Amino acid sequence: MRELIQKTGRIAALALASTLVIGGSAVVLARAETAMPPTADVKIDNFSFGPVMLTVAPGTKVTWTNRDDIPHTVVADDKTFKSKTLDTDETFSYTFDKPGTYPYFCSIHPHMTGQVIVK
Amino acid sequence: MTDETKDKKDVILHDHYHDGVDRRGFLRCMAWAGTGALYVMQGGVLKSYAMGAAPRVGSGKSAGELSFVQISDSHMGFNKAANGDVVGTLKAAVDKINALPVAPEFILHTGDISHLSKAEEFDTVDQVLTGAVAKDVFYVPGEHDVLNDDGKQYLERYGKATNGTGWYSFDKKGVHFIGLVNVMNLKPGGLGSLGPDQLEWLEHDVKHRKASTPIVVFAHMPLWSVYPEWGWGTEDSAQALSYLKKFGSVTVLNGHIHQLMQKVEGNVTFHTAASTAFPQPHPGKADSPGPMVVPAGELRGLLGITDVNVVRGRQALAIVDSSLK
Repeated sequence: MRELIQKTGRIAALALASTLVIGGSAVVLARAETAMPPTADVKIDNFSFGPVMLTVAPGTKVTWTNRDDIPHTVVADDKTFKSKTLDTDETFSYTFDKPGTYPYFCSIHPHMTGQVIVK
Repeated sequence: MTDETKDKKDVILHDHYHDGVDRRGFLRCMAWAGTGALYVMQGGVLKSYAMGAAPRVGSGKSAGELSFVQISDSHMGFNKAANGDVVGTLKAAVDKINALPVAPEFILHTGDISHLSKAEEFDTVDQVLTGAVAKDVFYVPGEHDVLNDDGKQYLERYGKATNGTGWYSFDKKGVHFIGLVNVMNLKPGGLGSLGPDQLEWLEHDVKHRKASTPIVVFAHMPLWSVYPEWGWGTEDSAQALSYLKKFGSVTVLNGHIHQLMQKVEGNVTFHTAASTAFPQPHPGKADSPGPMVVPAGELRGLLGITDVNVVRGRQALAIVDSSLK
Protein backbone atom coordinates (compact mmCIF):
# COMPACT_ATOMS: atom_id res chain seq x y z
CA MET A 1 0.00 0.00 0.00
CA ARG A 2 2.99 2.26 0.54
CA GLU A 3 3.48 2.34 -3.19
CA LEU A 4 0.04 3.69 -3.78
CA ILE A 5 0.45 7.37 -3.32
CA GLN A 6 -2.75 9.30 -3.54
CA LYS A 7 -3.42 12.82 -2.57
CA THR A 8 -6.83 14.26 -2.95
CA GLY A 9 -8.30 17.58 -2.21
CA ARG A 10 -9.22 17.92 1.43
CA ILE A 11 -12.93 17.80 0.68
CA ALA A 12 -12.61 14.73 -1.43
CA ALA A 13 -10.56 13.03 1.24
CA LEU A 14 -13.29 13.64 3.76
CA ALA A 15 -16.07 12.65 1.44
CA LEU A 16 -14.43 9.47 0.26
CA ALA A 17 -12.60 8.38 3.35
CA SER A 18 -14.73 5.29 3.72
CA THR A 19 -14.31 4.19 0.12
CA LEU A 20 -10.57 4.48 -0.21
CA VAL A 21 -9.86 0.80 0.16
CA ILE A 22 -11.83 -1.55 -1.99
CA GLY A 23 -10.88 -5.16 -2.39
CA GLY A 24 -7.45 -4.59 -0.96
CA SER A 25 -6.36 -1.94 -3.45
CA ALA A 26 -6.64 1.76 -3.05
CA VAL A 27 -8.96 3.64 -5.29
CA VAL A 28 -9.55 7.34 -5.46
CA LEU A 29 -12.78 8.45 -6.99
CA ALA A 30 -13.03 11.81 -8.61
CA ARG A 31 -16.05 13.91 -7.85
CA ALA A 32 -15.50 17.01 -9.85
CA GLU A 33 -18.45 18.83 -8.39
CA THR A 34 -17.21 18.61 -4.81
CA ALA A 35 -13.46 18.07 -5.00
CA MET A 36 -10.19 18.96 -6.60
CA PRO A 37 -9.10 16.37 -9.15
CA PRO A 38 -7.12 13.58 -7.52
CA THR A 39 -3.39 13.91 -7.73
CA ALA A 40 -0.38 11.70 -7.20
CA ASP A 41 3.35 12.28 -7.06
CA VAL A 42 6.40 10.48 -8.33
CA LYS A 43 9.82 11.55 -7.14
CA ILE A 44 12.95 11.06 -9.18
CA ASP A 45 15.82 10.31 -6.79
CA ASN A 46 19.10 8.53 -7.41
CA PHE A 47 18.24 7.77 -11.03
CA SER A 48 15.02 6.00 -9.98
CA PHE A 49 11.30 6.68 -10.15
CA GLY A 50 9.56 6.37 -6.79
CA PRO A 51 7.23 4.66 -6.59
CA VAL A 52 8.30 2.57 -9.52
CA MET A 53 4.73 1.34 -9.87
CA LEU A 54 1.90 3.75 -9.16
CA THR A 55 -1.80 2.87 -9.19
CA VAL A 56 -4.33 5.68 -9.57
CA ALA A 57 -7.96 6.22 -10.49
CA PRO A 58 -9.00 7.61 -13.86
CA GLY A 59 -8.71 11.38 -13.93
CA THR A 60 -5.68 11.51 -11.64
CA LYS A 61 -3.09 14.14 -12.36
CA VAL A 62 0.38 12.64 -11.76
CA THR A 63 3.31 14.97 -11.14
CA TRP A 64 6.94 13.91 -11.45
CA THR A 65 9.62 15.94 -9.64
CA ASN A 66 13.31 15.57 -10.46
CA ARG A 67 15.31 15.71 -7.25
CA ASP A 68 18.61 14.61 -8.83
CA ASP A 69 21.53 16.85 -9.77
CA ILE A 70 21.24 15.42 -13.27
CA PRO A 71 18.43 16.12 -15.77
CA HIS A 72 15.88 13.43 -16.54
CA THR A 73 12.82 12.96 -18.71
CA VAL A 74 9.50 11.16 -18.35
CA VAL A 75 8.48 9.48 -21.61
CA ALA A 76 5.73 6.91 -22.18
CA ASP A 77 7.03 3.80 -23.95
CA ASP A 78 4.39 4.41 -26.63
CA LYS A 79 5.03 8.20 -26.53
CA THR A 80 1.49 8.91 -25.22
CA PHE A 81 3.10 11.49 -22.98
CA LYS A 82 6.56 13.02 -23.10
CA SER A 83 8.11 15.63 -20.84
CA LYS A 84 10.69 18.16 -21.75
CA THR A 85 14.01 17.65 -20.04
CA LEU A 86 13.55 18.22 -16.30
CA ASP A 87 16.44 19.93 -14.57
CA THR A 88 16.83 19.72 -10.80
CA ASP A 89 13.51 20.39 -8.98
CA GLU A 90 11.55 20.82 -12.20
CA THR A 91 8.26 18.99 -12.58
CA PHE A 92 6.09 17.42 -15.25
CA SER A 93 2.41 16.56 -14.92
CA TYR A 94 0.09 14.38 -16.93
CA THR A 95 -3.54 13.50 -16.27
CA PHE A 96 -4.51 9.90 -16.83
CA ASP A 97 -8.12 9.76 -18.01
CA LYS A 98 -8.43 6.23 -19.28
CA PRO A 99 -7.86 2.95 -17.44
CA GLY A 100 -4.83 1.04 -18.56
CA THR A 101 -1.17 0.35 -17.88
CA TYR A 102 1.28 3.05 -18.88
CA PRO A 103 4.94 2.02 -18.83
CA TYR A 104 7.37 4.91 -19.12
CA PHE A 105 11.11 5.61 -18.92
CA CYS A 106 13.74 8.33 -18.89
CA SER A 107 14.81 8.81 -22.49
CA ILE A 108 18.22 10.08 -21.36
CA HIS A 109 18.85 7.18 -18.95
CA PRO A 110 16.75 4.37 -20.40
CA HIS A 111 17.57 1.95 -17.60
CA MET A 112 15.24 4.14 -15.51
CA THR A 113 11.74 2.75 -15.97
CA GLY A 114 8.40 3.10 -14.20
CA GLN A 115 4.72 2.31 -14.59
CA VAL A 116 1.40 4.02 -13.95
CA ILE A 117 -1.62 1.75 -13.64
CA VAL A 118 -4.98 3.44 -14.02
CA LYS A 119 -8.04 1.55 -12.80
CA MET B 1 61.05 15.52 -4.79
CA THR B 2 63.40 14.71 -7.66
CA ASP B 3 62.33 15.33 -11.20
CA GLU B 4 62.17 11.61 -11.75
CA THR B 5 59.93 11.06 -8.74
CA LYS B 6 57.74 13.95 -9.70
CA ASP B 7 57.44 12.59 -13.19
CA LYS B 8 56.37 9.19 -11.92
CA LYS B 9 53.67 10.76 -9.85
CA ASP B 10 51.89 11.71 -13.05
CA VAL B 11 52.66 8.61 -15.02
CA ILE B 12 50.95 5.30 -14.56
CA LEU B 13 52.14 2.36 -16.55
CA HIS B 14 50.07 -0.71 -17.12
CA ASP B 15 51.22 -3.83 -18.85
CA HIS B 16 48.65 -6.37 -19.87
CA TYR B 17 51.30 -8.81 -20.97
CA HIS B 18 53.69 -8.80 -18.06
CA ASP B 19 56.60 -7.20 -19.76
CA GLY B 20 57.61 -4.78 -17.09
CA VAL B 21 54.66 -2.73 -15.97
CA ASP B 22 54.03 -0.77 -12.83
CA ARG B 23 50.86 -2.38 -11.57
CA ARG B 24 50.98 -0.63 -8.23
CA GLY B 25 50.97 2.66 -10.05
CA PHE B 26 48.05 1.54 -12.10
CA LEU B 27 46.02 0.66 -9.04
CA ARG B 28 46.80 4.03 -7.56
CA CYS B 29 45.52 5.73 -10.68
CA MET B 30 42.24 3.89 -10.44
CA ALA B 31 41.36 6.21 -7.59
CA TRP B 32 41.45 9.08 -10.02
CA ALA B 33 39.10 10.27 -12.65
CA GLY B 34 40.28 12.07 -15.71
CA THR B 35 40.44 15.01 -17.97
CA GLY B 36 42.44 14.32 -21.01
CA ALA B 37 44.81 12.02 -22.74
CA LEU B 38 47.53 12.62 -25.26
CA TYR B 39 47.89 10.09 -28.05
CA VAL B 40 50.96 9.84 -30.22
CA MET B 41 51.41 7.84 -33.39
CA GLN B 42 54.88 6.32 -33.42
CA GLY B 43 56.13 4.03 -36.14
CA GLY B 44 52.60 3.05 -37.04
CA VAL B 45 51.63 2.35 -33.46
CA LEU B 46 49.35 4.59 -31.43
CA LYS B 47 50.52 5.30 -27.89
CA SER B 48 48.97 7.46 -25.26
CA TYR B 49 50.45 9.62 -22.56
CA ALA B 50 49.22 11.55 -19.60
CA MET B 51 49.29 15.22 -20.22
CA GLY B 52 51.15 15.46 -16.93
CA ALA B 53 53.87 13.44 -18.60
CA ALA B 54 54.26 16.08 -21.29
CA PRO B 55 58.03 16.51 -20.94
CA ARG B 56 58.53 12.89 -21.96
CA VAL B 57 56.52 13.36 -25.09
CA GLY B 58 58.88 16.04 -26.29
CA SER B 59 61.83 13.70 -26.07
CA GLY B 60 63.23 11.81 -29.01
CA LYS B 61 61.97 8.58 -27.55
CA SER B 62 58.34 9.57 -27.54
CA ALA B 63 58.10 12.00 -30.42
CA GLY B 64 55.83 10.64 -33.07
CA GLU B 65 54.26 11.52 -36.35
CA LEU B 66 50.80 12.22 -34.96
CA SER B 67 49.56 13.32 -31.58
CA PHE B 68 46.09 14.23 -30.36
CA VAL B 69 44.30 14.67 -27.06
CA GLN B 70 40.95 13.47 -25.75
CA ILE B 71 38.75 15.45 -23.41
CA SER B 72 35.22 14.59 -22.35
CA ASP B 73 32.11 15.46 -20.38
CA SER B 74 32.56 19.21 -19.95
CA HIS B 75 28.92 19.46 -18.76
CA MET B 76 29.01 23.21 -19.29
CA GLY B 77 26.17 24.71 -17.27
CA PHE B 78 26.40 22.20 -14.40
CA ASN B 79 26.47 24.18 -11.16
CA LYS B 80 25.75 21.76 -8.33
CA ALA B 81 27.82 20.81 -5.30
CA ALA B 82 30.04 18.38 -7.20
CA ASN B 83 31.66 21.27 -9.10
CA GLY B 84 30.64 24.91 -8.98
CA ASP B 85 33.14 25.98 -11.65
CA VAL B 86 33.03 23.76 -14.71
CA VAL B 87 34.42 26.64 -16.78
CA GLY B 88 37.49 26.75 -14.55
CA THR B 89 38.14 23.01 -14.75
CA LEU B 90 37.73 23.02 -18.54
CA LYS B 91 40.20 25.89 -18.71
CA ALA B 92 42.59 23.86 -16.57
CA ALA B 93 42.33 21.05 -19.12
CA VAL B 94 43.14 23.51 -21.91
CA ASP B 95 46.14 24.73 -19.90
CA LYS B 96 47.33 21.12 -19.73
CA ILE B 97 46.98 20.80 -23.47
CA ASN B 98 48.83 24.06 -24.08
CA ALA B 99 51.68 23.00 -21.80
CA LEU B 100 52.56 20.09 -24.05
CA PRO B 101 55.96 20.64 -25.68
CA VAL B 102 54.69 19.19 -28.93
CA ALA B 103 51.33 20.67 -29.87
CA PRO B 104 48.73 18.00 -30.54
CA GLU B 105 47.23 18.14 -34.01
CA PHE B 106 43.66 18.03 -32.81
CA ILE B 107 41.31 17.39 -29.91
CA LEU B 108 38.67 14.69 -29.64
CA HIS B 109 35.71 15.63 -27.45
CA THR B 110 33.71 12.55 -26.54
CA GLY B 111 30.47 14.24 -25.66
CA ASP B 112 28.37 15.90 -22.96
CA ILE B 113 29.81 19.17 -24.10
CA SER B 114 26.84 20.88 -22.45
CA HIS B 115 24.69 20.00 -19.47
CA LEU B 116 21.29 21.06 -20.80
CA SER B 117 21.88 21.52 -24.56
CA LYS B 118 21.63 25.29 -24.13
CA ALA B 119 23.15 27.48 -26.84
CA GLU B 120 25.09 29.53 -24.31
CA GLU B 121 26.60 26.36 -22.84
CA PHE B 122 27.91 25.28 -26.24
CA ASP B 123 29.11 28.86 -26.82
CA THR B 124 31.13 28.81 -23.61
CA VAL B 125 32.86 25.55 -24.47
CA ASP B 126 33.62 26.79 -27.97
CA GLN B 127 35.09 29.94 -26.47
CA VAL B 128 37.28 28.11 -23.95
CA LEU B 129 38.54 25.65 -26.55
CA THR B 130 39.47 28.55 -28.81
CA GLY B 131 42.27 29.05 -26.32
CA ALA B 132 43.76 25.63 -27.05
CA VAL B 133 46.80 25.36 -29.27
CA ALA B 134 45.11 22.56 -31.19
CA LYS B 135 42.53 24.32 -33.32
CA ASP B 136 40.68 21.33 -34.75
CA VAL B 137 38.15 19.68 -32.44
CA PHE B 138 36.25 16.55 -33.45
CA TYR B 139 33.06 15.83 -31.54
CA VAL B 140 30.54 13.11 -30.92
CA PRO B 141 27.38 13.95 -28.96
CA GLY B 142 26.57 12.89 -25.44
CA GLU B 143 22.97 12.48 -24.28
CA HIS B 144 23.13 15.91 -22.65
CA ASP B 145 23.89 17.52 -26.04
CA VAL B 146 20.79 16.24 -27.80
CA LEU B 147 18.06 17.06 -25.27
CA ASN B 148 14.59 18.04 -26.51
CA ASP B 149 15.47 18.46 -30.20
CA ASP B 150 16.76 15.05 -31.36
CA GLY B 151 20.19 16.56 -31.77
CA LYS B 152 19.23 19.25 -34.27
CA GLN B 153 21.25 21.99 -32.59
CA TYR B 154 24.22 19.68 -32.05
CA LEU B 155 24.27 18.75 -35.73
CA GLU B 156 24.04 22.37 -36.84
CA ARG B 157 26.99 23.29 -34.65
CA TYR B 158 29.28 20.27 -34.87
CA GLY B 159 27.93 17.78 -37.35
CA LYS B 160 27.39 19.52 -40.66
CA ALA B 161 29.62 17.15 -42.61
CA THR B 162 28.49 14.00 -40.83
CA ASN B 163 26.08 11.20 -41.62
CA GLY B 164 22.71 10.44 -40.02
CA THR B 165 22.63 11.66 -36.42
CA GLY B 166 26.27 12.67 -36.49
CA TRP B 167 28.55 9.72 -37.27
CA TYR B 168 31.61 10.10 -39.52
CA SER B 169 35.16 9.00 -40.16
CA PHE B 170 38.41 10.62 -41.20
CA ASP B 171 42.05 9.71 -41.72
CA LYS B 172 45.10 11.27 -40.14
CA LYS B 173 48.58 10.07 -40.99
CA GLY B 174 47.68 6.47 -41.52
CA VAL B 175 45.21 6.19 -38.64
CA HIS B 176 41.51 5.78 -39.42
CA PHE B 177 39.27 7.59 -36.93
CA ILE B 178 35.59 6.72 -36.58
CA GLY B 179 33.20 8.89 -34.55
CA LEU B 180 30.03 7.01 -33.56
CA VAL B 181 26.76 8.21 -32.01
CA ASN B 182 25.17 5.96 -29.38
CA VAL B 183 22.96 8.41 -27.48
CA MET B 184 20.02 8.78 -29.86
CA ASN B 185 16.65 6.97 -29.85
CA LEU B 186 17.29 5.16 -26.59
CA LYS B 187 14.76 2.44 -25.78
CA PRO B 188 13.13 1.73 -22.40
CA GLY B 189 15.26 -0.44 -20.18
CA GLY B 190 18.09 -0.32 -22.63
CA LEU B 191 21.64 0.84 -22.98
CA GLY B 192 23.24 3.11 -25.54
CA SER B 193 22.30 2.31 -29.10
CA LEU B 194 23.90 2.67 -32.52
CA GLY B 195 21.01 1.52 -34.66
CA PRO B 196 20.86 -0.31 -38.01
CA ASP B 197 21.62 2.68 -40.25
CA GLN B 198 24.84 3.50 -38.45
CA LEU B 199 25.90 -0.14 -38.28
CA GLU B 200 25.40 -0.48 -42.01
CA TRP B 201 27.47 2.65 -42.60
CA LEU B 202 30.24 1.35 -40.32
CA GLU B 203 30.43 -1.99 -42.07
CA HIS B 204 30.81 -0.23 -45.40
CA ASP B 205 33.28 2.32 -44.00
CA VAL B 206 35.83 -0.28 -42.90
CA LYS B 207 35.18 -3.10 -45.37
CA HIS B 208 37.89 -2.26 -47.88
CA ARG B 209 40.52 -0.95 -45.51
CA LYS B 210 43.75 -2.82 -44.95
CA ALA B 211 43.88 -4.92 -41.80
CA SER B 212 47.11 -3.16 -40.87
CA THR B 213 45.38 0.24 -40.61
CA PRO B 214 45.26 1.40 -36.98
CA ILE B 215 41.64 2.13 -36.07
CA VAL B 216 40.49 4.60 -33.41
CA VAL B 217 36.77 4.52 -32.61
CA PHE B 218 35.33 7.20 -30.36
CA ALA B 219 31.82 7.52 -28.96
CA HIS B 220 30.20 8.96 -25.85
CA MET B 221 28.82 5.90 -24.07
CA PRO B 222 31.07 2.87 -23.57
CA LEU B 223 31.03 0.34 -26.41
CA TRP B 224 31.62 -2.41 -23.88
CA SER B 225 29.49 -3.54 -21.02
CA VAL B 226 30.88 -1.58 -18.09
CA TYR B 227 27.82 -1.76 -15.82
CA PRO B 228 24.45 -2.40 -17.48
CA GLU B 229 22.59 -1.80 -14.21
CA TRP B 230 23.45 1.88 -14.65
CA GLY B 231 23.03 1.80 -18.40
CA TRP B 232 26.80 1.87 -18.95
CA GLY B 233 27.11 0.05 -22.23
CA THR B 234 25.78 -0.06 -25.80
CA GLU B 235 23.24 -2.69 -26.74
CA ASP B 236 24.42 -3.31 -30.31
CA SER B 237 28.14 -2.67 -29.84
CA ALA B 238 29.03 -6.33 -30.48
CA GLN B 239 27.74 -5.96 -34.02
CA ALA B 240 29.88 -2.88 -34.54
CA LEU B 241 32.98 -4.55 -33.14
CA SER B 242 32.46 -7.58 -35.37
CA TYR B 243 33.24 -5.34 -38.35
CA LEU B 244 36.58 -4.43 -36.78
CA LYS B 245 37.83 -7.95 -36.06
CA LYS B 246 40.25 -8.10 -38.95
CA PHE B 247 42.22 -5.07 -37.81
CA GLY B 248 45.41 -5.55 -35.85
CA SER B 249 45.01 -2.42 -33.77
CA VAL B 250 41.68 -1.06 -32.60
CA THR B 251 41.39 1.56 -29.87
CA VAL B 252 37.96 2.52 -28.55
CA LEU B 253 37.66 5.78 -26.61
CA ASN B 254 34.59 6.94 -24.70
CA GLY B 255 33.46 9.25 -21.92
CA HIS B 256 30.09 9.22 -20.11
CA ILE B 257 31.10 7.44 -16.90
CA HIS B 258 33.49 10.13 -15.65
CA GLN B 259 36.23 7.79 -14.55
CA LEU B 260 39.20 5.91 -15.83
CA MET B 261 38.56 2.35 -16.85
CA GLN B 262 39.90 0.01 -19.44
CA LYS B 263 39.57 -3.39 -20.95
CA VAL B 264 41.53 -5.37 -23.53
CA GLU B 265 39.71 -7.87 -25.69
CA GLY B 266 41.73 -9.48 -28.46
CA ASN B 267 43.18 -6.67 -30.51
CA VAL B 268 40.68 -4.14 -29.19
CA THR B 269 41.54 -1.85 -26.31
CA PHE B 270 38.75 0.10 -24.61
CA HIS B 271 39.36 3.26 -22.63
CA THR B 272 37.00 5.53 -20.77
CA ALA B 273 38.08 9.10 -20.13
CA ALA B 274 37.30 11.12 -17.06
CA SER B 275 35.22 14.25 -17.08
CA THR B 276 36.44 17.81 -16.88
CA ALA B 277 33.38 18.59 -14.77
CA PHE B 278 32.73 16.14 -11.93
CA PRO B 279 33.55 12.57 -10.90
CA GLN B 280 31.04 9.73 -10.78
CA PRO B 281 31.17 6.70 -8.49
CA HIS B 282 32.67 3.35 -9.36
CA PRO B 283 30.07 0.90 -10.69
CA GLY B 284 27.67 -0.20 -7.98
CA LYS B 285 29.55 1.69 -5.26
CA ALA B 286 26.77 4.24 -4.70
CA ASP B 287 22.99 4.45 -4.83
CA SER B 288 23.19 5.97 -8.29
CA PRO B 289 25.66 7.11 -10.92
CA GLY B 290 25.00 10.74 -10.03
CA PRO B 291 27.68 13.40 -9.53
CA MET B 292 30.03 12.57 -6.67
CA VAL B 293 30.74 15.32 -4.17
CA VAL B 294 34.29 15.18 -2.87
CA PRO B 295 35.94 17.21 -0.11
CA ALA B 296 36.99 20.74 -0.99
CA GLY B 297 40.46 20.80 -2.49
CA GLU B 298 40.27 17.29 -3.83
CA LEU B 299 38.18 17.89 -6.93
CA ARG B 300 40.94 18.71 -9.38
CA GLY B 301 42.82 15.63 -8.29
CA LEU B 302 39.79 13.64 -9.39
CA LEU B 303 39.45 15.38 -12.73
CA GLY B 304 42.10 14.76 -15.24
CA ILE B 305 42.97 11.41 -16.47
CA THR B 306 44.73 9.76 -19.16
CA ASP B 307 44.51 6.26 -20.35
CA VAL B 308 46.59 4.83 -22.95
CA ASN B 309 47.13 1.52 -24.46
CA VAL B 310 46.84 0.33 -27.96
CA VAL B 311 47.35 -3.33 -28.55
CA ARG B 312 49.00 -4.06 -31.85
CA GLY B 313 49.56 -7.75 -32.21
CA ARG B 314 50.58 -8.74 -28.69
CA GLN B 315 52.55 -5.64 -27.89
CA ALA B 316 51.57 -3.87 -24.71
CA LEU B 317 51.73 -0.12 -24.55
CA ALA B 318 51.84 2.32 -21.70
CA ILE B 319 48.79 3.62 -19.92
CA VAL B 320 49.25 6.91 -18.25
CA ASP B 321 47.19 9.19 -16.05
CA SER B 322 47.35 12.70 -14.77
CA SER B 323 45.09 14.99 -12.80
CA LEU B 324 44.15 18.63 -13.21
CA LYS B 325 46.09 19.56 -10.09
